[in-house]
Amino acid sequence: MSDEYTENKIEAKSADSSSGGYAPPADHIPAKESPDQELYHAKSFWTKWVFCQDAKVIGVQYALTATAIGMIGLILSWGMRLQLGFPETFSFLGPATYYQSVTMHGMIMVIYLLTALFLGGFGNYLIPLMVGARDMVFPYVNMVSYWMFLVAVLVLIASFFVPGGPTGAGWTLYPPQAILPGTPGSGMGIVLMLISLSLFVIGFTMGGLNYVITVLQARTRGMTLMRMPLTIWGIFTATVLALLAFPALFVACIMMTLDNLIGTSFFMPEIFTMGEKLETGGGSPILFQHLFWFFGHPEVYIVALPAFGIVSDVISVHARKNIFGYRMMVWAIVIIGALSFIVWAHHMYVSGMNPWFGFFFATTTLIIAVPTAIKVYNWVLTLWRGNIHLTIPMLFSLGFIVTFVNGGITGLFLGNVIIDVPLSDTYFVVAHFHMVMGIAPLMVVFAAIYHWYPLITGRHLNQTLGKIHFWITFVGAYAIYFPMHYLGFIGVPRRYYEMYDSPYMTSGVGLNQFITVAALIVGFTQFLFLYNIFTSWYKGEKSERNPWKANSLEWHTPDYPPTHGNFGKELPVVYRWPYDFSVPGSDKEFIPQHVAPSEVPTAKVEQT
Amino acid sequence: MFVAIIFALVIVASIAFHFWSPWWWTPVASNWGNIDDTIILTFWVTGAVFVAVCLFMSYCVWQYRYRPDRKAEYKPEDKKLEFRLTWLTALGVVALLAPGLVVWKEYVSVPDNAFKIEVVAYQWGWNYRLPGDDGVLGKTSIDLVSDENPYGLDSKDPNSKDDILVMDADLHLKINQPVKVELRSFDVLHNFYVPQFRAKMDTLPGIITYYWFTPEKTGKFEILCAEYCGTGHYAMRGYVQVDEEKDYSNWLAKQISFEKMFAKNSGKKLLIAENKN
Repeated sequence: MSDEYTENKIEAKSADSSSGGYAPPADHIPAKESPDQELYHAKSFWTKWVFCQDAKVIGVQYALTATAIGMIGLILSWGMRLQLGFPETFSFLGPATYYQSVTMHGMIMVIYLLTALFLGGFGNYLIPLMVGARDMVFPYVNMVSYWMFLVAVLVLIASFFVPGGPTGAGWTLYPPQAILPGTPGSGMGIVLMLISLSLFVIGFTMGGLNYVITVLQARTRGMTLMRMPLTIWGIFTATVLALLAFPALFVACIMMTLDNLIGTSFFMPEIFTMGEKLETGGGSPILFQHLFWFFGHPEVYIVALPAFGIVSDVISVHARKNIFGYRMMVWAIVIIGALSFIVWAHHMYVSGMNPWFGFFFATTTLIIAVPTAIKVYNWVLTLWRGNIHLTIPMLFSLGFIVTFVNGGITGLFLGNVIIDVPLSDTYFVVAHFHMVMGIAPLMVVFAAIYHWYPLITGRHLNQTLGKIHFWITFVGAYAIYFPMHYLGFIGVPRRYYEMYDSPYMTSGVGLNQFITVAALIVGFTQFLFLYNIFTSWYKGEKSERNPWKANSLEWHTPDYPPTHGNFGKELPVVYRWPYDFSVPGSDKEFIPQHVAPSEVPTAKVEQT
Repeated sequence: MFVAIIFALVIVASIAFHFWSPWWWTPVASNWGNIDDTIILTFWVTGAVFVAVCLFMSYCVWQYRYRPDRKAEYKPEDKKLEFRLTWLTALGVVALLAPGLVVWKEYVSVPDNAFKIEVVAYQWGWNYRLPGDDGVLGKTSIDLVSDENPYGLDSKDPNSKDDILVMDADLHLKINQPVKVELRSFDVLHNFYVPQFRAKMDTLPGIITYYWFTPEKTGKFEILCAEYCGTGHYAMRGYVQVDEEKDYSNWLAKQISFEKMFAKNSGKKLLIAENKN
């Protein structure tokens, strides 16, 4: 929007002239750039709740589907932990089953739970509401996106039932082993996995274009980019990353499917196995790794950036203080997103690629620590001199800070190429990525659910269950993954079905048993959380409007919880950022985004 | 109050665990002790940041907990503070990265006097090949692999004749002799990893990868495959025995050369028969 276009159309809302000689601040309202969006009005039950085009319902559909498949991922992790803690105790856990559990657990949690939940779930629910739009710009495509995701999930589940079972190639699916008979599920299992991933990417692209274009084109008047809540900045940037990164995964999936089904050799060099030479040749297994990690590293930030954004908003609201250094926070998100595309080979330091790449990728990787550290400083500086309500969303946000800083600094170990040499492919890596992209983002998922549940359902989650859920999850998960780093120091490699009496492992037996018990307890607690979600839906304490006294638009819809079309007859006009808490000079404790300067003439806000 | 104390306790417990944990790395047995030094340095720098940030957070939670009469500060930005924190962090990153890259330079620069040996990985086991008196490994090709010629050595290459074939999972090395391991795989990715040597690298079908180290302690060290390679991955073990000069010569004398093996031409030992599962 150019300045000349708007300059002539400033409408000053006349303030109450009785205020004597004091000139109230003029209210700047940018002109409408386009007519109101025409909205599809669903009539029947099917079009309202099943094949639904309302982003809010699609968001809930995404979230429920992701949670359901995530529970399968959780239960698979129990199988792994039982085997690691108490080997030779459970006869149903053979090596093939173990490796299949490892693989499916990883893939489900990263792609089908976290990515789908943050972007499909929170993205759909929050983007239109927070930027002041009635819906996504392409509601029909948005609906198809969810159904593609569901089909992808169903294909994934189907792979459990084909001959040979699901693939056990590890979530990285490295060829050649992924498609050779030495790996479980190298027949139909891997094919269905690759098809499911491809469907996921197609479905995600439909949703992702929606999120990006809605943020860029459908913001309400006055909602400049630099007034967007950080939640939207996080989800928006993550979606851009995903749109650029997923195609690499997509082509890798197609190429490996062809290698597997029609005998091409994209990733297959000359191979001698099982007493004979295969009819492959000329391909490169490292090519797959480059494609996979060109997707896989941004994927880490696809999960992390929405978490960064959401946690910023939650901390700010519950500490009754503006987020510290908003502009720096926005730029940090953008810079992290950009850098995330030139660090991928730090997953491949010992892959056999040219070792001189190590210098470049170690440098870029450690540079990312700078904007990331700034974000951490700004979260704790937001707490500084705040007025902190220790609500459950706030507790989970604090848990996020601890686990994220912990997981972040171990990233500095692994990113520094020479330190990665002894630690790669050990439990240090397992502990690192679970802490930083498992536990930390999950803390934010929980914070977000406790925070926005009242908006979605009009009721609060049970507080006692919530507190139990938080303390067991936070302390338990920390007790699982913090000591696990030290197994990596001993030298325990990851993806080992059992260690026999290896000298490295015997000292870790007790620790492994402790971790298994802790994992079972933390896992069961998540079912308590699900119980809380489902019972509070109709039995929870009724929530008043805007219970956390937040400023962003989603809490200020005419209907509470928001209904079809979000904002009633008139879309709101935005005059400020969403962080005007405890503004000096104002008698109001918080000033929502749509409150005009003339309504709070005494507030001494800084330009935002 | 309670919340702030628990968060602080979690941090204190982490520090205590770090210093009193019985779980720590195995004593280094190669020249790569400087990798351990880099890790220790990283521990101190990043550990200090972790403790500082988390204790500061706990302090804020305690000091600024909700009181109805309190009003939070309104301060959108503090350019000076943000600027200082940025540069301080950048400085810390340089302090970690620079020594790391120096050691990495050493890791990728193989000394000229390194003894070249070949490690052959397959599903699921290890074999080795040592150069004979000429000190050069002969050419190989996967097309030539057969029962009679399990390494696929090129019999036309004069360098291959005296190559010593160790068709066993146990490898012997001479102490204080720098070794360049050339890694070769027949089938899928593997990784030749001995925790006490601190070094590792993937083996790939189709290309030769390498790394080097100098064993500096005698003893028997377990080899673990560190790149997932299928159902038998966890069972893909072996041993490296680091010997004094004399023991090493004794062991070496018992090994068979390619020429002799080929002459026997019996192919009694199929590579695949090594499969331990």
